[in-house]
Amino acid sequence: MSSSRIDATGAAIPFTFDGRRHEGRAGDTIASALLAAGVRIVGRSFKYHRPRGIWGAWTEEPNALVDVTVDGRTTPNLRATTEPLLAGMAVRSVNAHPTAEGDRGAFLDRFSAFIPSGFYYKTFLWPDWHLFEPRIRAMAGLGRLDPDNRPAADWPQINASCDVLVIGAGPAGLAAAKASAGAGKSVILVDDRPQPGGSLLHRGGTVDGMPGAEWAASVVGELAAAGHRVLTDTTAYGIYDHDLVCAWQRRPGRADAQWKIRPKRIVVAAGAIERPLVFADNDRPGVMSADAALFYLRRHGVLVGSRVVVAANNSSAAAVAAALADAGAAVTLADLRPDATAPEGVALRKGVTVEAVHGRRGVEAVTVGGERIEADALLVSGGWTPTVHLFCQARGRLRYDDALAAFVPGDPVAGMTVAGAANGSLDLACALAEGWKAGGGEGAPPAPGDAENAYRVVPAWPKAGAKGRQWIDLQNDVTLKDVALAARENFRSVEHLKRYTTLGMATDQGKTSNMNGLAAMAAITGRSIEATGTTTYRPPFVPVPFGVVAGRRRGQLFNPVRRLALEDAHRAAGAVFREYGGWLRPAWYGAGSEAEEIAREASLARQAVGILDGSPLGKIEVMGPDAGALVDFNSYSTLSSLKPGRIRYGFMLTEGGVVYDDGVVSKVSDEHYIVSCSSGHVPGVVARLEEWRQDRFDPARVFVHNSTLQWATLTATGPRSRELVAALRLGVDLSDAALPHMGFAEGSFEGGLARVARVSFTGDRSYEVSVASSQAHRLLAAMLEVGRPLGAFPLGSEALLLLRAEKGYLIAGKDTDGTTMPQDLGITAPRDRRRDEFVGKRSLFTDNARDEARRQFVGLAVDGAEPLPTGAHGVDRTGGRPRSIGYITSSYFSPALGRPIALGLIERGLSRLGETVEFVHLGRVLTARIVAPCAFDAEGARLSAPDGAPRTVGAAPLPASPTANAAAKAPPFDRGKRWAPVPDWRSAGLVRDGWTAKRILGLGQTLVSGRLGDAVASLAPGAREVGLFAIAEGAPQLVRIAVDRALIVRDTPSGGSPAVGGQGFVATRVDDVFAVFELAGPGLRGLLAEMTTADLESGSRSAAVLACGVPAFLYRIAANRARLHVEAAHAAYLWRWLETRPAE
Amino acid sequence: MQLFTCPFCGPRDETEFHFGGEAGKVRPEPAGEVDAGRWSAYLFVNANPKGATSEIWVHATCGEFFLMERDTVTHAVTGSKSLRREEA
Repeated sequence: MSSSRIDATGAAIPFTFDGRRHEGRAGDTIASALLAAGVRIVGRSFKYHRPRGIWGAWTEEPNALVDVTVDGRTTPNLRATTEPLLAGMAVRSVNAHPTAEGDRGAFLDRFSAFIPSGFYYKTFLWPDWHLFEPRIRAMAGLGRLDPDNRPAADWPQINASCDVLVIGAGPAGLAAAKASAGAGKSVILVDDRPQPGGSLLHRGGTVDGMPGAEWAASVVGELAAAGHRVLTDTTAYGIYDHDLVCAWQRRPGRADAQWKIRPKRIVVAAGAIERPLVFADNDRPGVMSADAALFYLRRHGVLVGSRVVVAANNSSAAAVAAALADAGAAVTLADLRPDATAPEGVALRKGVTVEAVHGRRGVEAVTVGGERIEADALLVSGGWTPTVHLFCQARGRLRYDDALAAFVPGDPVAGMTVAGAANGSLDLACALAEGWKAGGGEGAPPAPGDAENAYRVVPAWPKAGAKGRQWIDLQNDVTLKDVALAARENFRSVEHLKRYTTLGMATDQGKTSNMNGLAAMAAITGRSIEATGTTTYRPPFVPVPFGVVAGRRRGQLFNPVRRLALEDAHRAAGAVFREYGGWLRPAWYGAGSEAEEIAREASLARQAVGILDGSPLGKIEVMGPDAGALVDFNSYSTLSSLKPGRIRYGFMLTEGGVVYDDGVVSKVSDEHYIVSCSSGHVPGVVARLEEWRQDRFDPARVFVHNSTLQWATLTATGPRSRELVAALRLGVDLSDAALPHMGFAEGSFEGGLARVARVSFTGDRSYEVSVASSQAHRLLAAMLEVGRPLGAFPLGSEALLLLRAEKGYLIAGKDTDGTTMPQDLGITAPRDRRRDEFVGKRSLFTDNARDEARRQFVGLAVDGAEPLPTGAHGVDRTGGRPRSIGYITSSYFSPALGRPIALGLIERGLSRLGETVEFVHLGRVLTARIVAPCAFDAEGARLSAPDGAPRTVGAAPLPASPTANAAAKAPPFDRGKRWAPVPDWRSAGLVRDGWTAKRILGLGQTLVSGRLGDAVASLAPGAREVGLFAIAEGAPQLVRIAVDRALIVRDTPSGGSPAVGGQGFVATRVDDVFAVFELAGPGLRGLLAEMTTADLESGSRSAAVLACGVPAFLYRIAANRARLHVEAAHAAYLWRWLETRPAE
Repeated sequence: MQLFTCPFCGPRDETEFHFGGEAGKVRPEPAGEVDAGRWSAYLFVNANPKGATSEIWVHATCGEFFLMERDTVTHAVTGSKSLRREEA
């Protein structure tokens, strides 16, 4: 045993290392506790299984990686030097079997001469590297992953901004922070150690007449008292575009946090890292950084050896030698500098360095200058490497400083100052002065008490052709010979050297090895160090847990689905949910098998009346004098020629002529259209309408409002649908003359507006009834009630998909792909007849578009009961090699027809009706006949069939093996179980430490576009405008959300017409589009800092922001009381986010 | 994470924005008079300069399309301009 504790204060902390019990003290790191316990070998090296001891005292540590088990969960590859010791910790060495002390893999080191860099890849080329890889991986490597360690997703992401961010709370950083705060700037000071002070804490010295540690504490105290943020245990690990600094904060007892800081200025005072000297066997346990030894002595009361040799090439080691001698060790200082002096009590050997280290399992003696000195620790200092990582990440260029024998920051980077040791200023006085200046300090900087000797160093770089195994990169087991090998094989650029030898690619990212590695390459190739250069510095500075980066975006917070207003009612009715176009929707109802329930619903829908929740279908209102021109330009078909009250089906194309979406457009009036699109395409269609509105039209003459969420749409479909809707007594004439197929009318339901549209996605008579979403529950209850005698039942999406396939109705994106044009679907009239421009027009006339061999949309019929497999490709073998002529896009067993049906995209399909096509699927060959897409009721008689159940269609028995309709007995895949049910908003409330949240129901919201002044004068006279996080005074509030858009918010629900147009503006009722949350309390800002990246103090005129990743409007109604409007379909997601937010 | 400036809302994180296209492209029409080369150039051919560039972006949270001048090498944003005829 060599290292030991000489000053045991603080409570005892029991832990184990490789199964043996030890005791540490409060304040220990794992490393200091291991040293105190006299543990020398803490792990085995990555490749050669060499015994390794602790080298450093902080993040630079290359050797002491350990797997740590706390509360039964193991985290691999933690650095023992940075990990605080906890009671009951089980610590295990890495790459050692069974223990670091007695490792079975140690024999590998004897073969080291045969396994240099690149050995494995060169040797195991034949027959295939992957054959050997598993065995080789098992022999090398580091810690073991614990598959049961799945940390909760409770790591907050905190956004912050400030005038000055100071990185590093050593002397330079503290001086900079003090100066900046004194100059009236807002300051955030981060430091990766538990306690601010940096080198002052173990190297001593006095500042402004106070001991260094006391001065540090007083500066931090002043900063905190003045309201500045001081974040300890926080590593600024990366600088990203536009000076976003990411910092990882360890918070004892709580989940770690990630800070995303946007400073106006950055002061990097990250210090410097002591470099090893390179000599034979310089990896022996007991060879250690001199500064680290001082750190363990001063910070943990641990003396790393009793007979110590300190080998150095610079002046900083003398203080270490003195301190260890003071603590009772016999110390010899071997200083390479010819003019070196030694402190009292320290033996000095001038102008010499280490020639040999004796002892296989740890230092036993050291030869310096031909003299053998018995020793149990060899402390080395090869000079200091400024921590320039963040400067370089910000694209700073380095300059080699001969006097310092180090790379230091060159030309400054805008917005950033590097100060102190990170800038090469290794003397305390210089560091303080530089920091003070970087912080804009006036007057005299903080001054050290006693004059110290200026830092002096003579270079001691690795030499070409040196004997013995000299380690450059301890963590990745790269030696000087490996560097020479790389040079011989012409991997001479440092970037090639790195990749060839893996030098600097370990988890320590070469903090102690990169400089020696590039200096070695310089020596071997005869170039200068400056010409050799460094590798690229990339974030992160230290390994950062994935959880810190991912934050809380996991599970239900990962990618929010949109939720239906009626979700609770569907759940109560036994719905199994799936996700369709980003919405959680009922797939079917009932506890039977998937195939049975879908077939039941599909059969019943042909006989009675099904009730489908079609609320997510788009309802995008296009209003204003140029509305007709915009919808015409946006669509393949002309729409302005419709009569008011009529509906037309059609496509929207991309500019490439490809079908983007299909849907129906209703014409309310010449200045008001409602564009309906697939539920998953709503944001995209809104965006393209808005784009063309601003790019092509006069945005003062046409406006686009997305009213999708305002309206709940329940579709009654089936032969008895008219009877059901009639029984609702909506005040609408339902005769076919008054309301024909593709017509719509307005009526009322329980005092509110009801829109009734006759469109059909099933081929049966259908009525879409739309009411305000707040009335959705009452409408559903009423439909089920009046529908009971008619056999009404809830219809899920899967049966609907089957019913539409029977009719040959396509689904854009399922039955079409990224090449499908309207003519491929048999619809050519607009292309041939339209003279005006529309999106995608020119692309319909290209050679490719006119190619006769295009894949076209057809039906496919088979003999027998087994449906064709979706995705199977049709094959043409006439040209010799088989080639695909298209594929099956949809396939079902039709209960109404009693046979399988399928749809597909087949080359020249429309001209090949009746032909037989061969399909292949997983080695099977099948045949099918090309038919028209529509398989059911081809003449369309059922669309306007008389009321009452038809006699012609009955429920067909299910086929024996309905493969395409999923296995009958598997438990249903129910996405409803993934998402927590929507809360009951009437009672939902959160009361947390510092903040509260609730949903405000019953507010009136009106979206206005256009001339806002006129709109306000007409609709809400006197309302004053508020922007982002501004405080609204009184009601109604006028919340500005865009150049020409605002939201009028009233304390009571809106009445009157849901859409009005005035001179130069339009207004629509959006009471049910946005859910409004009230967030309040003194913790409001802290809460919002985790919800949005926007700078709340920026005075942005627009309240529109992203909150928790979804669009929102944010403003206040009092100092600590904010309102947040989000799309109602995102309300459950936002609530989940709030509800599961970890306590601060 | 880049900071872009919406001419109306001010500086916001790049996650609030979508790329619209290179500035200065004019949609060739009427379709009947546009040859295939011009049309494919409109659809597919971009200057994609190294260095200074003018682009159309949309601030998705407020819906505003605007012109942004930035540098594709340094990522410096040098300006944002409204495309409205008159500033609202």
